[in-house]
Amino acid sequence: MLTTEQLKARIETVVPGARLEIIANASPAGQPSILVDSAHGRAVAEFLRDDPQLRLDYASNATGLDWPDKITREKIKVKKLVAGVEQEIEETVEKKTPGFLEAVYHLYSVSRREGPVIVRLRTGNRSDQTSLPSLTPVWRSCEFQEREIFDLFGIVFDGHPDLRRILMWDGFVDFPMRKDYVEPDDYEYEPTPHDEVLERARRHYQPEVTP
Amino acid sequence: MIAALVEPAMPADHDLLEVSMGPHHPSTHGVFRMNVVLDGETVVKLKPVFGYLHRNHEKIAEKNSYLGAIPYTDRLDYLCSMTNNWAYVLTVEKLTGQSVPDRAEYIRVVVSELTRLLNHACLAGFLLQDMGALGTPLMYAFREREKILDLFEDLTGSRMMCNYLRFGGCRCDLPPGWVVRARQLVADFPEFLDEFEALLSGNEILRARTENVGVLSATLAVSAGVTGPMLRASGVNYDLRKVDGYGVYGRFAFQVPLGGRGDVFDRYMVRILEMRQSLKILEQALATIPQGPVIDPKAKLRNLRPKPGEAYGRIEGPKGELGFYLVSDGGPRPFRFRVRPPSLVNLTILEDMCLGHTIADAVVILGSVDIVLGEVDR
Repeated sequence: MLTTEQLKARIETVVPGARLEIIANASPAGQPSILVDSAHGRAVAEFLRDDPQLRLDYASNATGLDWPDKITREKIKVKKLVAGVEQEIEETVEKKTPGFLEAVYHLYSVSRREGPVIVRLRTGNRSDQTSLPSLTPVWRSCEFQEREIFDLFGIVFDGHPDLRRILMWDGFVDFPMRKDYVEPDDYEYEPTPHDEVLERARRHYQPEVTP
Repeated sequence: MIAALVEPAMPADHDLLEVSMGPHHPSTHGVFRMNVVLDGETVVKLKPVFGYLHRNHEKIAEKNSYLGAIPYTDRLDYLCSMTNNWAYVLTVEKLTGQSVPDRAEYIRVVVSELTRLLNHACLAGFLLQDMGALGTPLMYAFREREKILDLFEDLTGSRMMCNYLRFGGCRCDLPPGWVVRARQLVADFPEFLDEFEALLSGNEILRARTENVGVLSATLAVSAGVTGPMLRASGVNYDLRKVDGYGVYGRFAFQVPLGGRGDVFDRYMVRILEMRQSLKILEQALATIPQGPVIDPKAKLRNLRPKPGEAYGRIEGPKGELGFYLVSDGGPRPFRFRVRPPSLVNLTILEDMCLGHTIADAVVILGSVDIVLGEVDR
């Protein structure tokens, strides 16, 4: 079994132009993954499946991840003139890292009994650039799983043979697994509302008041 | 949407019939629906429809603590709560680097193999029910299942929603006399299997209904991610108990039964043979179960905050590869909690297997896939 670094080098020589990045995994599981740019996603997947040294013929798990916009606050010391005297002042700077959606594939080789090789694809953002190449033509097992990612996360898979909602109904609009999903107001009258129910009751009757 | 299934290009001399089979059809094993297009009795198109039991298990788990997700995993494949627990705690143990004492590993093997026995027995019963053998084979199977559920009840307090495994071990030790009763069950079980097989495996009707029905080739099975007894019925030797050797499976001698043709009969037979292998594992495990603690005393259960990172863990569940994918951001709740459901992925090639067969065969083929809707819809 190749190490992730060797695998990355091998893909780079065979699939020209593919931009890869190794995503380290700090947990004791030790399963690092390879981030592939979406333009070369399909080519890399086909190489991984067909290469005689890898033969990753089995895509076990395909799933989505939602990384919301992250705002990190950093304290920076800035030199400024205060009342004519130069002083060091601490200032808080807000840094916004744009969020994205991610599709993660866990690949195994049934014939060589190896794995997992973890491949990640990232969308441009979470709003209008949410399409990724579908890997269903490469591994049939992604068919329902990519439909599920489309349904729950809203990643549009180009080249998927039958991209429809799978668990939610067809008329549903939002994506329930996103981090900013707001549950619908399905409050029903309760005679003695308390705790969470009380809060839901308040929001139901006075939706305009935000605490 | 149903009307759209019939393409206008279909020849006009064929009267195609669309049947929306389910979600309350008794042969769909729960609230599962298939939109089937029939040419006479022959299936020309079949689209499964899911979601009737969807409660977004993954989101619930992401709003819960790591420990709080264990009882929810019972409800995935509600026939096999023990293996669901194991897949989840195995992944958390991978994420945190938690070790498990030997006795707990043995208990896990014992309860999982008992779960496999009851799942396969039920499946064989339900499959025959789908073929029209109403009641009798299923009740024979349920009689054996009851005995296993009694053991589970004594061990965990619950028959189906066992909620038994914990990170780093098991919730409680075996009650006195449990091992003796389990050994007795293992000793008696072959009698049931022999009887079941004498009645059924050579039965002419069963053979006629299952042989060369729903053939699945090995290449398509691997590509479509089919796992478990279904994959092995197609002749692919891939059993995670052998491949990954998770837990202490490496210490037991057992064989992996394989099918030849990949039809419904092979899938039925592989499960019967797997039950015999499970009994072999159980005999060895129950004979050599060591003394000691059942949970690592240093194991952290409440307020568990794994370091940021991710882990994918998988086990050989009775229905196939049951995997969990967890991403931690260092907080008390999983950032991402994903279940890789074998039942759902095994349904990917349902249409491929059913095309060209009659609608009655489609029922049998679906029965041989072995699905539980609690896991398909999550």
